[in-house]
Amino acid sequence: MTEPTALPAATRASFVNVGERTNVTGSARFRKLIREGDYATALEVAREQVENGAQILDVNMDEGLLDSEAAMVTFLNLMAAEPDIARVPVMVDSSKWSVIEAGLKCVQGKAIVNSISLKEGEAAFLAQARLVRRYGAAVVVMAFDETGQADTLKRKTEISARSFKLLTEEVGFPPEEIIFDPNVFAVATGIEEHDNYGVDFIEATRWIRQNLTGAHVSGGVSNLSFSFRGNEPVRAAMHSVFLYHAIAAGMDMGIVNAGQLPVYDQIDPELRELCEDVVLNRRKDGTERLVEAAPRFKGDGAMARVVDLAWRDLPVEKRLEHALVHGITEFIEQDTEEARLTVARPLHVIEGPLMNGMNVVGDLFGAGKMFLPQVVKSARVMKQAVAWLMPHMEKEKLELGLLDAPSAGRILMATVKGDVHDIGKNIVGVVLQCNNYEVIDLGVMVPAQKILDTARERNVDIIGLSGLITPSLDEMCFVAAEMERQGFDVPLLIGGATTSRVHTAVKIHPNYRAGQAVYVTDASRAVGIASSLLGDKREATVTDIRAEYKRIAEAHARGREDKRRLTLEAARARAPRYDFAALPPVKPAFTGVRAFDAYDLGEIARFIDWTPFFSTWEMKGSYPAILSDDIYGAAARSLFEDAQAMLAQMIAEKWLTARAVIGFWPANAVGDDIELYTDESRTTRRATLHSLRQQIARDTGRANLALSDFVAPKESGIADWVGGFAVTTGIGEEAVAERFARANDDYSKILSQALADRLAEAFAEHLHQRVRREFWGYDPGETLTPRDLIAEKYRGIRPAPGYPAQPDHTEKKTLFELLEAEQNAGIALTESYAMWPGAAVSGLYFSHPESHYFGVGRIDRDQVVDYAARKGMSLAETERWLAPILNYDPVRVDAAAAE
Amino acid sequence: MSAPAPSAIESRLRALAARRILVLDGAMGTMIQRWKLDEAGYRGARFADWHRDLRGNNDLLSLSRPDIVSDIHLQYLRAGADIVETNTFSSTTIAQADYGMESLAYELNFESARLAAEACRTVEAEDPARPRFVAGAIGPTNRTASMSPDVNNPGFRAVSFDDLRAAYGEAARGLIEGGSHILLVETVFDTLNAKAALFAIEEAFEATGVRLPVMVSGTITDLSGRTLSGQTAEAFWYSVRHARPFSIGLNCALGAKEMRAHIADLARVADTLVCAYPNAGLPNEFGEYDESPEAMAALVGEFARSGLVNIVGGCCGTTPDHIAAVAAAVEGVAPRVVPEIEPRLRLSGLEPFIAAA
Repeated sequence: MTEPTALPAATRASFVNVGERTNVTGSARFRKLIREGDYATALEVAREQVENGAQILDVNMDEGLLDSEAAMVTFLNLMAAEPDIARVPVMVDSSKWSVIEAGLKCVQGKAIVNSISLKEGEAAFLAQARLVRRYGAAVVVMAFDETGQADTLKRKTEISARSFKLLTEEVGFPPEEIIFDPNVFAVATGIEEHDNYGVDFIEATRWIRQNLTGAHVSGGVSNLSFSFRGNEPVRAAMHSVFLYHAIAAGMDMGIVNAGQLPVYDQIDPELRELCEDVVLNRRKDGTERLVEAAPRFKGDGAMARVVDLAWRDLPVEKRLEHALVHGITEFIEQDTEEARLTVARPLHVIEGPLMNGMNVVGDLFGAGKMFLPQVVKSARVMKQAVAWLMPHMEKEKLELGLLDAPSAGRILMATVKGDVHDIGKNIVGVVLQCNNYEVIDLGVMVPAQKILDTARERNVDIIGLSGLITPSLDEMCFVAAEMERQGFDVPLLIGGATTSRVHTAVKIHPNYRAGQAVYVTDASRAVGIASSLLGDKREATVTDIRAEYKRIAEAHARGREDKRRLTLEAARARAPRYDFAALPPVKPAFTGVRAFDAYDLGEIARFIDWTPFFSTWEMKGSYPAILSDDIYGAAARSLFEDAQAMLAQMIAEKWLTARAVIGFWPANAVGDDIELYTDESRTTRRATLHSLRQQIARDTGRANLALSDFVAPKESGIADWVGGFAVTTGIGEEAVAERFARANDDYSKILSQALADRLAEAFAEHLHQRVRREFWGYDPGETLTPRDLIAEKYRGIRPAPGYPAQPDHTEKKTLFELLEAEQNAGIALTESYAMWPGAAVSGLYFSHPESHYFGVGRIDRDQVVDYAARKGMSLAETERWLAPILNYDPVRVDAAAAE
Repeated sequence: MSAPAPSAIESRLRALAARRILVLDGAMGTMIQRWKLDEAGYRGARFADWHRDLRGNNDLLSLSRPDIVSDIHLQYLRAGADIVETNTFSSTTIAQADYGMESLAYELNFESARLAAEACRTVEAEDPARPRFVAGAIGPTNRTASMSPDVNNPGFRAVSFDDLRAAYGEAARGLIEGGSHILLVETVFDTLNAKAALFAIEEAFEATGVRLPVMVSGTITDLSGRTLSGQTAEAFWYSVRHARPFSIGLNCALGAKEMRAHIADLARVADTLVCAYPNAGLPNEFGEYDESPEAMAALVGEFARSGLVNIVGGCCGTTPDHIAAVAAAVEGVAPRVVPEIEPRLRLSGLEPFIAAA
């Protein structure tokens, strides 16, 4: 943004810059636009002001030929709909009180009134001041009294002091909300009495700031240079020089053209001196000299206006998206036309780039990055684009002989009673109309009876209800029930932000058995659903929907049950009781840790599971079937070839180093924890691993598991062991990725990272097999192939902290300490317990034949309290780490800490 | 209007609020829903032949079923509320137009205030040590003064400042004359509506010769952290600060968890009391509020312990159980200390603007 640049930065920061171009008395262009009723362009003037750094916008409609009140109201209301403009406060500027009052009734923010004065006496001044206060605005007070406008220093200070006293003592106006305007008058007029006007203003400013504590000083700077109309460079130089001195004296607000002021230091020194002579009244012949020199500095006028139009260079689809997201209508017709020429039918522009753009808007809104007024603007841009396409679509209809064809169907749409949101509904309406449906839109807040009366009267084929706020859900149920009661059977479409398939299936559908309620995900689905509900396929469609809703309702009922949790005590009572004595645990070949360095990558690569590799690239399907997939096949094959080639190079040139550490410790379960011991005497505890127990309330007899169940309990007296591991193939990965990044080869960079990740998983898989066969050796005869391994056909598990069987990431700390993983395998933990390098896997080893992967699921507070105590961690911290699996809302202590 | 001295009632409330966190009641609508009233249930005897559907007009129950409304007030007061809100969220001529009941607006406000005051007296008699107060509730109406309901005509307004001012004035007079101790401009989704209400309240104070403390409570409607009309919480405060409200705060739309950041903003910038009465969590997919009393009380209790609030209560989905839990959670916790805010020119558009001193 362009700061007022007359002063060094430190002083500049406190100067408030009021945009002056939305003022019919000061801008011929703006006056012409308002007079001609071109408010769209007039708004652009406001927008440019804000973009150029105006912190407040002055709006003035005082012009003899205008209905100033109406123009003020219209313009302020339009400004309110433009978030980029409305974000700044407004200065309602008029010499007529009625215009000011009309303006104040339109602004939700705290505005400034410009201005009131003692011109009509104390009574009027006080009455207006009280109203300004009641409307909640700050006020500019002109140095003007019953005898006229103050032109000398003495009069300026006297009137200001009198006004200040009245405002603060009689009205209770806070001093900081009073802004004095000691009148900027034209200098260099040739009339001697005017020569000191600049100095009088500056000195009055100094006096006010020193004596009327808290009050501010402002002024309309452009008056100063009135005699140099037509010579913008000289005028701008005079303004800059004047501001430089007035700001130094304490002027802290000014009505200026923010985009146009030259920097004081950069004004031609000769011109600067000539201006200073005039403004500061330093020599008798100052005016004469400036008038004489002025033509030489005339130049070509204003400094170039800077508007960021870089987005205009984007492809047309992106331009449309940009216009939708930013609510810019300026180029929309031109861009829509350009897009139309690239597609077969005008409708494709709507269904393609425009809908895509609106989806972006929807996503941003959902994420809280746009707010409603901006979204409304986007809808307006959309409307304009569609409006541009309409004649083309009409023409197309005519050409295709569609004009007399009956409409595809008549659809009534309404936002239900109590709800005012209709953007989504409008979009659906547009899309339906584009597809030859006749749409009757009853608008927002429509009572049920009006919907049904209209539906009957107009004999509609479908009724569509929309709603954004939650009470609308109940109202929709009510409308559905009324449709049933009043004998309707037409389909009922349900849409809008709070609606859901589940709600429609469970709550709305049962109210309207005579017809069919159907949930519509978004506008893009509306046409498909409407046509299937009206055509020959209707019966089949309804049958499908009913079957689907039945499934959803049943699943929902089950889901409700799923939410029931057992107490921790009850869950523990349902722990499985494995018979450890019947099949005694096998003692590992060694206890303690063993490290592996520079492990053979070629060996590891044999164990790669390729399916997740493809899903990294958003290709869904399992390997190797995906290589012959109809959709992904070709792309998958080419990707796989590249991956194989790079993998071969990686192995041959040793791009990566594979390191690992594994360990085994004597262990026994104690409740839901697992104690690890220093040696086989099992008397000294080396560490404790904690586990979490499922609390799901099941109707079946299935057990409620915790990882500790897979280890022999201490009281059984049976010796058992637990293992742990950490592997990485990520050492060197960063350098590889960086090398590709420097070459701007993002593809290879991502490919190398994806391969490193796969290798880490493969390494974990391979090492686990060696553990089963040799290091722990509880299954020495295992002969599974890599594919069998992927299918997890082996005995024992290797669950990782942070995954479903033990969702607590902090358990990694214990594991890493036991393994001394940083030292032994070069893997460190970040403060949030992520592993570095990223291509790493860690976990525990369990050998029990019954051990299997499971999810802890949601847990209740009783277990969290118990777990926190066992871990010696505070409840709040435990809740923070377990947040995703809590079955309740914890206190947000972290939010408090963030204060 | 020259900085009037605070009324006796305001001085009394401020003294009380300096000692402890005050508790506001919970949802009226949620409690009314429990009665599962049908059309006839809403009409009662007096409106049996009314020409429009009345089901859902909760405010009307103050006239047609005062027993229900009184009972709800008593439940909240006995649960520990210091302040109960009148059943007048939609008792303006504008909001009642849906039911053709514009002409009843004054009576609705007067009677609702009377009912609430009566309930307060009953409970004060049970527990004389603890004074109870009636907050006359003034809702947002169903129209917005600074936004257009018509996408194609952004300059259009479905309601004007003066329409609102007239409607709010009538409501305020009814509430004052019915015996309210406080006026509460609540669920503000468009600040211009609120400014019209505050303007009308000043006029009503002049007309009735009674001055009451005024509470103002806005609504942050979604994740953007803005009001429906686009203002940030801080900008909202600067827009209404001229009315010197007894409290500023937020209610509705969000649960306590989502509301916290915005209440913290207000607590930082407002040189008056701060009031928070969130919903019982965010609605689930059925639009039901299912946060438990304990869960909500834990969150609101944290607001209190962090020094963010002076007044707490509940909005949609909350019940006497929630209020009892909230009251217990803030019991004995020191109220937020109202900060000294440096005098500065503080303006707002959608965003705040603060000039240098």
